Amino acid sequence: MSSSEKQTLLSIARLHKSFDEVEVLHDVSLDVGKGEVVVVIGPSGCGKSTLLRSINGLETINSGAIFLNGEDIASGVTPWNKVRQKIGMVFQSYDLFPHMNVMENILLGPVKAQGRDRKEARRQAESLLERVGLLERQDAFPRQLSGGQKQRVAIVRSLCMNPEIMLFDEVTASLDPEMVREVLDVMLELARQGMTMIIVTHEMSFARAVADRVLFMDGGRIVEAAPPEDFFNCPRSERARKFLNTFTFEATRKERRTVE
Amino acid sequence: MPDSGISILFEGRNLIRLAQGLWVTAYIAFVSVALSTLLGVLVGLAMSSRFTALRAVMRLYLDAIRIVPVLVLLFLAYFGLGKVFHVNLNAELASILVFTLWGAAEMGDIVRGAVTSLPRHQRESGLSIGLTEGQVYRYVIIPQAVRRLLPGAINLATRMIKTTSLVMLIGVVEVLKVGQQIIEYASLISNPTASFWVYAFILFLYFAICYPISRYAAYLEQKWQS
Repeated sequence: MSSSEKQTLLSIARLHKSFDEVEVLHDVSLDVGKGEVVVVIGPSGCGKSTLLRSINGLETINSGAIFLNGEDIASGVTPWNKVRQKIGMVFQSYDLFPHMNVMENILLGPVKAQGRDRKEARRQAESLLERVGLLERQDAFPRQLSGGQKQRVAIVRSLCMNPEIMLFDEVTASLDPEMVREVLDVMLELARQGMTMIIVTHEMSFARAVADRVLFMDGGRIVEAAPPEDFFNCPRSERARKFLNTFTFEATRKERRTVE
Repeated sequence: MPDSGISILFEGRNLIRLAQGLWVTAYIAFVSVALSTLLGVLVGLAMSSRFTALRAVMRLYLDAIRIVPVLVLLFLAYFGLGKVFHVNLNAELASILVFTLWGAAEMGDIVRGAVTSLPRHQRESGLSIGLTEGQVYRYVIIPQAVRRLLPGAINLATRMIKTTSLVMLIGVVEVLKVGQQIIEYASLISNPTASFWVYAFILFLYFAICYPISRYAAYLEQKWQS
């Protein structure tokens, strides 16, 4: 699946971002096609989370431009709250609103931000909840849900806004291992349905399965961009090789132990 | 035997006078608490604002109010304002002014604590579903902050109610002052245990006001927890 045949949905041009003196994003440019799934990997502190947060306006960029459907969303012409209705984002921490039940969490955005009819939004929320297997938990409060269930609800909450693109910022990083799968499955399903997504993750086998393109970031730059087979089998840059090695290191040691 | 002493409460118009005094106490306390709550929310939002200068001014206000004893503030408002600025407040108004200034500062600090204790991600997830800053406050931050500040706010309200007893020192005839008047008169007609009964009764009156408030707060906490 090549992105070049498809219409470009999101286009980032020469993005720079610094926190005080420290430059966290250096001249980052990226085009994401409609329906494309881009997975961003890299060591912590490489700028991948800041990149996602910049696309959503949670970080103010120092220079550069971000275009969504050709419109420069970082220019401040369109208020961010309007832009964010088209850009869904799910975070690492369980970020459901604890004082609202599942359904209220999901309906807040569609009803209050988009001014949609409550009944109509509710029907959509129910069908989305059904798809992630949580329809019967719609009256539950966040504290009554497991971490995996909370993240699935958070994904539904974003989807119910009918976004054009979804951003996932290490959404499984604070989950217990046995709950990671159920969340990744939801994301795989979304990819199959053609949702445009940018995913920051440390789950390498998931990245390989879901990505159309893998970006490797280090030191605030995109060091390498390649289809997952190429990237994981023969990364071109030394830094990417080193980074991938940190994930295979333990496996080799185990093998050696069983040999002894 | 102190058995005859309790009759002091029922002599003449004593009960009615105590009730009138209680009304003055309640009036000053509740007007001050209500104003403090409203202003305190604004002060609290100012204290947690992005603007450093605004935060500094609010900090100064809170510290100034905390350093000066409430009694001194009462004397300042009642005697000082008249002498220096020729603003003559009656004693009740001066009391309400002082208690509101005090309450708004303390309430502001409670609101600030509640707002800043919320995880940053709550605000960000509100923003990420397209809510405006105002909507995030209204639907996400404030409902959660209210639940967190309730214990502190109720504690402050009962503290304010009890501290209103100081206002008799600037001449407000509230429940404690009425009690003293009754005791003074009674000791003239030799009722040695009058002070015990009158003060015990006043203690009961304060309890009768503050206890339901604490109970209601406990009920709300329970309700929000389940």
